[in-house]
Amino acid sequence: MGQITLKNVSKSFGDTVVIPGADLEIKDGEFIVFVGPSGCGKSTLLRMIAGLEDTTSGEIVIDDKDVSDIGPAERGLAMVFQSYALYPHMTVRKNIAFPMRMAKLDEQEQEKRIQSAATALNLTDYLDRKPGQLSGGQRQRVAIGRAIVREPKAFLFDEPLSNLDAALRVGMRMEIGELHKKLKTTMVYVTHDQVEAMTMADKIVVLQAGIIEQVGSPLDLYHTPCNKFVAGFIGSPKMNFFEGADAAKYNAHTIGIRPEHIAVTTKAKKDAWQGTVGVAERLGSDTFLHIHGIPGCDPMTVRADGDVAVNHGDTVYLTPDVKLIHKFDEKGVRIS
Amino acid sequence: MARAVTNNRKMINTAAAWCIGLLIFFPILWTILTSFKTEAVAISDPPVFLFFDWTMENYSVVQERSNYGRFLWNSIFIAGGSTLLGIIVAVPAAWSMAFVPSKRTKDILLWMLSTKMLPAVGVLYPIYLLFIKFGLLDSILGLTIVLMLINLPIIVWMLYTYFREIPGEILEAARMDGASLKSEILYVLTPMAIPGIASTLLLNFILAWNEAFWTLNLTAAKAAPLTAFIASYSSPEGLFYAKLSAASTMAILPILILGWFSQKQLVRGLTFGAVK
Repeated sequence: MGQITLKNVSKSFGDTVVIPGADLEIKDGEFIVFVGPSGCGKSTLLRMIAGLEDTTSGEIVIDDKDVSDIGPAERGLAMVFQSYALYPHMTVRKNIAFPMRMAKLDEQEQEKRIQSAATALNLTDYLDRKPGQLSGGQRQRVAIGRAIVREPKAFLFDEPLSNLDAALRVGMRMEIGELHKKLKTTMVYVTHDQVEAMTMADKIVVLQAGIIEQVGSPLDLYHTPCNKFVAGFIGSPKMNFFEGADAAKYNAHTIGIRPEHIAVTTKAKKDAWQGTVGVAERLGSDTFLHIHGIPGCDPMTVRADGDVAVNHGDTVYLTPDVKLIHKFDEKGVRIS
Repeated sequence: MARAVTNNRKMINTAAAWCIGLLIFFPILWTILTSFKTEAVAISDPPVFLFFDWTMENYSVVQERSNYGRFLWNSIFIAGGSTLLGIIVAVPAAWSMAFVPSKRTKDILLWMLSTKMLPAVGVLYPIYLLFIKFGLLDSILGLTIVLMLINLPIIVWMLYTYFREIPGEILEAARMDGASLKSEILYVLTPMAIPGIASTLLLNFILAWNEAFWTLNLTAAKAAPLTAFIASYSSPEGLFYAKLSAASTMAILPILILGWFSQKQLVRGLTFGAVK
């Protein structure tokens, strides 16, 4: 079991309130991702669940037991850190064995679990090496191995892929995803990378300034963001926002349209936005066009086909898919 | 071209480093050379550098006149004891300052260091009186305590700087892995801190070995270390440079050898926090 419930959990450092009060329900076996900009409190929230930070008020319940005043060792959770946090003086085998040694597990069982974790994580050939002799990806695997052997109620990941290069990150992302499917253990994952959040999560928790803005599946958040912040944060490139006359046409204070929901043409079109292409970023599969000269939204980003015949300085006409326009009131809250 | 410039600069730097090194080492070299001269050659004008009749006479006279072994043992006991005692006191202090800092940690550290700026003679009188009161005058125990106290700020600072280099996440990982505070210190922190503790021990041993103010003022015969042994040859009524040099060489030789073989550790200890 690995059900985690946060009941009005808050955290302050002196006079600075980092988390004013968070409520959250994490079901057993779920893959939850905390996402938000730097300093939004996502790591603090994770560390509070881990027991590495005290709560200022509120309750953290793991499997029907209030663990708010219990130390990290007794919570039955395992954590993987951004810096790997391996013990540099121990070999990979000893690193992985460390939590079992602390739990005084018998040697045979320790060896069995070490072998099983090493096989699952392709570490069999590196068991007698020290962390300093491993690559970043291998080190992160050791950190995951050390977490697995504890057979925890839940895994906590604090930006585990941030120190890896882009290619390795994609590979490790898939490995963690597969691991979750295999182990079916609750995983709570912190990242500032919304692509990681979208691709890995069963449920995403979007945070801003310590406040949980929205909780939902990746597609829920993409299609029906509850406010302007979530709408802007989820999706890459980010959503274009308009205020003023364009928004008023839709009875809204602000409207948002995703770059992939805008059609672009060089032929003059009635009722279309007219603009000039600034930068055209060609990715092969897509082209991101940054269009200038559109009142209320300068520059506007448009996702076009990879081989769209539009270049810097061209005049283009843009038409949004009206059905996919998001409307927000003056407080930035979603309308309808 | 760029390569040539780099090589030239390298050569100049090396030559400059050797010059500075020799300049610093010269007094020690001169002391060692003088110890092998006769008293007459030692004071000759112009001074003789290498070409003289080398003699071991001064060493045998010094050995005859004083019990070198006793002074040596006193030095080892006082320097070793004060360093070990200092480490025992400083480790928990530096530990708490590095891992559980309070708002005042930095102030306390600076205040501790500021005590080193106080001229030692300023507290000689009260300490002397305390030594008389507690019967510690001319005792190894008394001197060990005083040297421990005067070097404590440096020990705490060095250990603090070293402990700060240990990433907090590793300790948190140990906590998550189920380690108690004892296991965390025993299995994770201590093995990682051993190089730092070793270099702190080494440097403070050398500092305590070379300390002369307190060792000369608080000892007479029983607990006198090698510094007092050297001072006993600095006589106001006669110039015995050669014998004084022999005594000095005998006093500094053990620490010179220790320093030579452990220079790597020492440099590492002194540059913690400065070089990654």
